[in-house]
Amino acid sequence: MLGDGGGTTISLRVNGTRYDLRVEPRVSLLDALREGLGLTGTKKGCNQGACGACTVLVDGRRINACLALAMVYQDREITTIEGLVHDGELHPLQAAFIEHDGFQCGYCTPGQILSAVGMIEEFRDGMPSAVADDVAAGPAEFSSSEIRERMSGNICRCGAYNGIVEAVRQTFEGEAAR
Amino acid sequence: MKDFTYARAENVAAAIDLVSRTQGARYLGGGTNLVDLMREGIERPDALVDVTQLSHRIEELDGGGIRIGAAANNAAVANHRLVRERFPFLSQAIVFGASAQIRNAATVGGNLMQRTRCYYFYDQAAGCNKRTPGTGCDAIGGFNRIHAVLGTSEHCIATHPSDMCVALAASDAVVQVESGQGARRVPIVDFHRLPGDMPEVDTNLRPGELITAVELPALPLARNSMYRKMRDRSSYAFALVSVAAALRIHDGGIQDVRLALGGVAQKPWRAFEAEGLLRGAEATQETFQRAAEAELRSAKGRAHNAFKIELAKRTIVSVLERLAGNGSTR
Repeated sequence: MLGDGGGTTISLRVNGTRYDLRVEPRVSLLDALREGLGLTGTKKGCNQGACGACTVLVDGRRINACLALAMVYQDREITTIEGLVHDGELHPLQAAFIEHDGFQCGYCTPGQILSAVGMIEEFRDGMPSAVADDVAAGPAEFSSSEIRERMSGNICRCGAYNGIVEAVRQTFEGEAAR
Repeated sequence: MKDFTYARAENVAAAIDLVSRTQGARYLGGGTNLVDLMREGIERPDALVDVTQLSHRIEELDGGGIRIGAAANNAAVANHRLVRERFPFLSQAIVFGASAQIRNAATVGGNLMQRTRCYYFYDQAAGCNKRTPGTGCDAIGGFNRIHAVLGTSEHCIATHPSDMCVALAASDAVVQVESGQGARRVPIVDFHRLPGDMPEVDTNLRPGELITAVELPALPLARNSMYRKMRDRSSYAFALVSVAAALRIHDGGIQDVRLALGGVAQKPWRAFEAEGLLRGAEATQETFQRAAEAELRSAKGRAHNAFKIELAKRTIVSVLERLAGNGSTR
């Protein structure tokens, strides 16, 4: 998939580290991360933007890496699941997923966690959602229905949704309390 | 995926120039639809010109309107203070569409250009006049639950999948486009096409034209507006039927109204006929019902989508009733 001798050298900033790699224009950000940089924490599920397993943060905003071309994301700050651990300490969401059984097989988990990191930021920015009655007023309560709607781009085929919702809620409330 | 060349445009002139002198070149927005279609082999550009670095400014216009740079992402539009206050149905339409990840990447220009989600369009083994002209329409005699009931032709019954565009259609939005031949302004209702005998052409854009911005002229009644989306599951699904409406009532009468439907046609369907009946009439359920009936009179149901006709009428009535309740005391 990656250009072998062909392609162009690009520079990606991932989890604070700059990497130079050769890619063809058709290489997705997902494949560049997994195959090019060996960062296999980001998962390939549907490869068509439906499942969210490939969710990464770009400049703090969540996107599907499978629908992104690597060349487009040069010079942006990309965060993958490998970048959430700091000094050996799990990110609070990672710890909360373990505490609340927010997974079974674990395949969707990196995407769920990155998505939740982005989602909490969006909520704080006042981003409305489809469950808000009045978009001008903005979201009021960090409720289960808000969490479920805002996380609907991440599928868990094991059905660990109840644990995921609890993990996200606990993390949000924990951060809000600090 | 077929190989292609990639270039990033730093400004509008460079983008237009690159596309005009590169065989088989296409503009690239967020890529959330185009990259998927390229992976499926349905779109096969030889070159992509990345226009995501062009204007994404969202700014107030004199008189109270809003101008949105075509590279603005969908989420930024939905969360913009002016959009939420003055065009709440546009903010709603966007957050009812796709997933948060897609809304963060997808641009406004790309949303206008997205292609149908008809299963037969995606299935290369199926007949599809939109994908491969002359191969017939397998949807007409096939499974057509998600397909169009208004403005169809014997060649195509696909729908336009956008939610955002339905609210734009109800807002009298104007699409600004530019090419080497100059700039022009295209009213949103004239931007997308009905299938006729050329379903392969979705829009009235001319070769090489680039969408640079979408303008929302001031529309005070849009402060009392809403978008309602009917779908098979309550999140992350395309519309079976959707309604965008804005309503102003004075002394029990309908002073002004905007109404558009999604999920029913190959373009966002501005309900001009219903609007004509509503304007100046009493704001009653009977009036809303009569207007809905009139708008759907020409609708044609197929084996699996005839339910959309009744669903569209009921959704129109329900949305207008809700807005009448919201707006009648003002």
